[in-house]
Amino acid sequence: MKTYYNPEDLKNFGKIAEYQKPLADKFFDYYGEVFAEGALTAREKSLIALAVAHTIQCPYCIDAYTTDTMEKGCDEEQMMEAVHVAAAIRGGASLVHATQMMNKVKEISM
Amino acid sequence: MKSLKAQHHRLSSAKEEIGILENPIPGSKGGGFSTYLDEVGLFPLKPTQLDTLQINLGKMCNQVCQHCHVDAGPDRKEIMTRDTMQQCLEVIKNHEIKTIDLTGGAPEMNPDFRWFVEAIRSIDSDVNIIVRCNLTIILANPKYHDLPEFFKKHRIEIASSLPYFTATKTDSQRGDGVFDKSIKALKLLNAQGYGIQDSGLILNLVYNPSGAFMPAPQSGLEVEFKKRLADKFGITFNSLFTITNLPISRFLEYLLRSDNYEAYMEKLIASFNPVAASGVMCRNTISVGWDGYLYDCDFNQMLELKVATADSQHIKDYNEKTLLGREIIVKNHCFGCTAGAGSSCGGTTA
Repeated sequence: MKTYYNPEDLKNFGKIAEYQKPLADKFFDYYGEVFAEGALTAREKSLIALAVAHTIQCPYCIDAYTTDTMEKGCDEEQMMEAVHVAAAIRGGASLVHATQMMNKVKEISM
Repeated sequence: MKSLKAQHHRLSSAKEEIGILENPIPGSKGGGFSTYLDEVGLFPLKPTQLDTLQINLGKMCNQVCQHCHVDAGPDRKEIMTRDTMQQCLEVIKNHEIKTIDLTGGAPEMNPDFRWFVEAIRSIDSDVNIIVRCNLTIILANPKYHDLPEFFKKHRIEIASSLPYFTATKTDSQRGDGVFDKSIKALKLLNAQGYGIQDSGLILNLVYNPSGAFMPAPQSGLEVEFKKRLADKFGITFNSLFTITNLPISRFLEYLLRSDNYEAYMEKLIASFNPVAASGVMCRNTISVGWDGYLYDCDFNQMLELKVATADSQHIKDYNEKTLLGREIIVKNHCFGCTAGAGSSCGGTTA
């Protein structure tokens, strides 16, 4: 069955350089540096990436950062809490707009 | 759960395992592990010294861990005899061995375990004796309850597997209830002074992943383990060794059954690290099987790949010069020891 997403494509990510090498090189250099140990640990960054992966709902990123967080020593509880952070922000982002709705209700109501 | 051998599983055959491992992995260089070693000038792989004797006292164990490379368990009856131990003692007496690493199965289940430890100590009061204690054995039967005192008396270094600081992950790999028993055993060892600063009694923990992924960086995970075990259980230990699961025996069976084999091998191969390769433990260790045969490492032992020497394949024929001159047998399972930060019974190597 043909699908838009193929798990095998994840390991071919680097091949985007075949069509535009200089930009790909810059991106992967930047990517590598972003995830290196810094003011945040590589483990903390991996958990952030896992949460963002769920926010943008990228199957490749979810696969990659599920493995990566486990390889950084995180457990399922920590990983699920990270996803709840993403869910809370997403949900909150909808709900906070309710204030706009409430303002408009007040504006047009007697 | 039964051992693969008791199940008459096809992967209880070393020949079958090697056949699977030697199939080329898509995307890897032809020729397998030896090609990768050759490219960094390490093939043929040679020993650097012989300072560690790792002795497998038998395949019998009170646990049946999902990932066990020995395929150990209560149904395994292979046990080292006192005669073979005596041959080991002759080697220890006549050579400069710095570390005796006793493993199994559960080495303590060998009925001559204590006799052997005492005999080693009487020959050499300074040699470092490591026992790979699975912790639960201490609680398994009243006859083992005094093991912590025995270990202390003979200044044994303890290396114990604890895959995680939570029950879920530990039990999924090592069996139901293992985490709680391991915590109780660790407290008993702490009570004897093991893992306590300045006691001189070393208690190291061993982490290996509970699944088809690579281990976390050793130093960071050690900090996390120390904090979690101290905060929640008041347990202390010396060092955490992170170990990569090698694709043999029960872990190979898991990889194949869960359809993770190819991706796991690809990851090990892609993570080949020449620095880790130069520091692999088979370069300074000889592994002795329960029946006295000699191997380059515990993994080669389980794959029945005896050392490549004509006249020193058994402990009774131990010849240091011959063994130092041998070529270490390498196959694709060796990628497990050279991936990332490297892996050995003493943790990372790079």
